Amino acid sequence: MILSFDTWQITLFSLAVGLASTVLILPFGITLAWLFARKEWPLKSVVETIVLLPLVMPPVSTGLILLKIFGRRSPLGQWLYNRGFEIVFNWKGVLIAMAVMSFPLLVRSVRTSFGEVNPRLEQIAATLGASPLKIFFVVTVPLAYKGIVAGALLAFSRALGEFGATILLAGNIPGRTQTLSLAIYSFVQLGKDPEAYVLLGITVVLAFLFVWTSEWLLRTEKKV
Amino acid sequence: MFLFVRKSFSLAALLIALLVTQVEASADEILVSAAASLTDVLKEIATGYQAKAKQTLTFNFGPSSGLARQIEEGAPADIFFSADLPQMDTLEKKNLLDPDTRKNLLSNQLVIIVPADSKLAILSPKDLLKSEVKKIALAEPSSVPVGVYSKKYLSDEGLWNQVESKVVPVQDVRATLASVESGNVEAGFVYKTDAAISKKVKIVYEVPVDKGPKITYPAAIVKESKHKDAARDFMNYLQSPTAKDAFKKYGFVVLD
Repeated sequence: MILSFDTWQITLFSLAVGLASTVLILPFGITLAWLFARKEWPLKSVVETIVLLPLVMPPVSTGLILLKIFGRRSPLGQWLYNRGFEIVFNWKGVLIAMAVMSFPLLVRSVRTSFGEVNPRLEQIAATLGASPLKIFFVVTVPLAYKGIVAGALLAFSRALGEFGATILLAGNIPGRTQTLSLAIYSFVQLGKDPEAYVLLGITVVLAFLFVWTSEWLLRTEKKV
Repeated sequence: MFLFVRKSFSLAALLIALLVTQVEASADEILVSAAASLTDVLKEIATGYQAKAKQTLTFNFGPSSGLARQIEEGAPADIFFSADLPQMDTLEKKNLLDPDTRKNLLSNQLVIIVPADSKLAILSPKDLLKSEVKKIALAEPSSVPVGVYSKKYLSDEGLWNQVESKVVPVQDVRATLASVESGNVEAGFVYKTDAAISKKVKIVYEVPVDKGPKITYPAAIVKESKHKDAARDFMNYLQSPTAKDAFKKYGFVVLD
């Protein structure tokens, strides 16, 4: 049996937390992307830069920053710990690492898509009496939805591939925080190449599916 | 802009040329792959050695299991200094060592540590079962020597099954030390020599030498080494009185 119980558990865990992290960042990412694409505001370029940082910095650097923010010796970490919230060495740590690392990809993709929506259409809707919120959901989002889906897919696959930040913040605990990437690393360290190859195959297939779909969506996006 | 693109092509060509050119390491450079727990003591011994000898020493510290895997995959280590016998045995079985250079050099003691400011009362391994102890850091218990020793000890004490769910496996003994220092775990297992170098942890229990697993650090010259004479010279130095004093100073048990 090629797919043993462990392999299923690792794959399903990675997919589940990856999905959760993408769902978590969607509202924030879409909102921020819209603010970047449509509005000017003080300190906008600073926020733009900060949002892009996890994409450019070494993942372990981001992981270290997260560890210091959420670790038990920090004010936030201590506060959360007293309320029973453990982030470090926990699946919640995996979730946060994935969310932070994939966030910039989502924002970039959605921002580009919003940028390609003709603002004239939004203005026309406004003259017809639509509120800003209605314009957003009835005009802007439907026109940009392929970019949003592509961005979400890209973010999801980035979340699945997360290693550096995850291993620092959540650790590599089999059965509790071990994702596909972490498991491949462990198996190689242990000299268990066959198991590593199985997981390698899974990650290649998943990555191929996601990127191919994402690119297809972006290619077939209508420019109005 | 065009010039920049053209220049980048020639730069890339230069880099590729560098990548494929063989650069022979100088004859007097040896690479020592050694267990992470030996980091500080070997660096000190190396300073003394390099003051007199012609050879340059480069160290590759890490979990002995990871280092052994590297050597299996062809890493150019000249000497392997492991924290347990199984890792050395694996390499010997695969015919990757010079077996007549193999020697048991040191022993050590296992201890349980907690963060220096910890208020938990852990006076014996059984206290690890308390609910206040939520996470215990251990170097990967299936491969890294200190983790293997700790798991064996806990199993022999009949505690492993109950503490297993609390275990956070980390890369090596120094990572174990670091996680206890950070306070993100309540306790961890390291060697007495590692606890000694950190002010941010305190030892709460020393595993008695007669009850704990037998810890042996063997060293050997790697068969594929291209600097056997230099390696032999350093191996001899490791058994010299100067080196033995250094090991004792750091708390290692020197085997004769």
